[in-house]
Amino acid sequence: MSLLTPDSGLLFWMIVSFGIVLVVLSKYGFPVIIKAVEQRKAYIDNSLETARQANEQLANIQAESARILAEAKEKQSAILKEALAEKEQIIDEARQKAVAETRLQVEEAARRIREEKEKAIREVRTEIADLSIAIAEKVMKEKISRDKEHQQIIDRLLDEVSFSKS
Amino acid sequence: MMKRSLINRVISVAFILLLGCLPTRGIQAAEQTVDVQEIVFSHIQDAYTWHITEWNEKEISIPLPIIVKGEQGWDCFLSSRLHGGQTYHNYYIASEGEYAGKVVTKNQAGEEVRPLDFSLTKNVCGLFLGCAVLLTIILSTAKWYQRHPNQVPKGFVGMIEAVVVYIHDDVIKDTIGKDYKPFASYLLTVFFFILVNNLMGLIPIFPGGANITGNIAITFVLAVGTFIATNLFATKQYWKDVFWPNVPIYLKLPLPIMPFVEFFGVFTKPFALMIRLFANIMAGHTIILALTCLIFITASLGVAINTGMTVVSVLFCIFMNCLELLVACLQAYIFTLLSANYIGLAKVKN
Repeated sequence: MSLLTPDSGLLFWMIVSFGIVLVVLSKYGFPVIIKAVEQRKAYIDNSLETARQANEQLANIQAESARILAEAKEKQSAILKEALAEKEQIIDEARQKAVAETRLQVEEAARRIREEKEKAIREVRTEIADLSIAIAEKVMKEKISRDKEHQQIIDRLLDEVSFSKS
Repeated sequence: MMKRSLINRVISVAFILLLGCLPTRGIQAAEQTVDVQEIVFSHIQDAYTWHITEWNEKEISIPLPIIVKGEQGWDCFLSSRLHGGQTYHNYYIASEGEYAGKVVTKNQAGEEVRPLDFSLTKNVCGLFLGCAVLLTIILSTAKWYQRHPNQVPKGFVGMIEAVVVYIHDDVIKDTIGKDYKPFASYLLTVFFFILVNNLMGLIPIFPGGANITGNIAITFVLAVGTFIATNLFATKQYWKDVFWPNVPIYLKLPLPIMPFVEFFGVFTKPFALMIRLFANIMAGHTIILALTCLIFITASLGVAINTGMTVVSVLFCIFMNCLELLVACLQAYIFTLLSANYIGLAKVKN
């Protein structure tokens, strides 16, 4: 049964060579391969995660930009509306102001005219009164002497007055 | 279907016609009786020369160095000096007796004794070759990763990676559990060592063909490796399960039946590993050789029988080689899986 008895020489060489193979491979062989494979796995996982995040960010950015755009449009239209309203308001105000100014001016002019007129009337009145008094005085002075003459003078004076007045 | 069977038939007819050219040699061989046992055993066992073939009745073989330590001290010479029963420095190859086929010497009393024999025999050379192939494959694969960080390999490196990752993840990691790391390299080395040497053994021509994993010394060392890995790093719970297993008390006291069985199991497990691999590979080699010998045995029985048996033999050889290819992979896998299993069992925690 020499098949079942291990040969010492072969045993020795087997221990030596298997030992060397084991040491070399467990130092430079399998750990390197396993590590590389695991590193690659981690790298791929990382890349996928990064890509997913980037996609998400991109989607976020797109949504954000759409939102900003919509906002800007809204703002723009609001501003436009406001500006339009303001313009109308300004025009309105200006118009109102102008109307008021005009009315004031007209009123002022009317008032002045009225005042002038009243003043003139007042002046005329005093003039008339003065004249009347003057005439009356003159009349009074001549009244006793001559009735006829008196009458004549009054008439003349009156004429004069009315002439001057007219 | 029709076409296929027709092609098959054409091929078989061509095959038989081709083989028909052989009988002249077959008849010549029939003159000598074929000693199948001798042929098979000389192949399965170790040898001091690497026999390649015979050409024109001249043996072509590579003489290998013999390194022995006898009473006179170390001696180193080529095995061709002992060829054909020659004696060199009082060493010769025993032809019969306990040490048949081994280098022996005579002590002062004239008895045949074995010197310390560290010869680089055929199996040792085959072993070195296998180790060299293994180192080349794995180290070149490892180097590829250093040159191409974060890349996916293709072709041969990709194939090695697939196998390594499969063994590492599905066999080692899953079987041992979370403490698998210190054993991963050992188990991967064992797997690839067995696989490479099994496959080298299947190559029938020179660099291959040595029956390495079918030798008990090789499987013994591998089994001892697993034994050490299992028991040296075992947990307390494992030893408790061995010496005080969780069974009814009458199985432990007064006669420690179960502890004995369990303790015996510590040794039978690696022993089974050793025998399984050795027997499988040796049997594969034996069957293929026996089938090949069938051709030469039947040579004396006439041309017709010889031709028929040749066809049968070749067909069976093809089948057996395919089977052996499967067995080569399967045994490497089984050895690794069971080793991982034993290590995993020794890592139990309650």
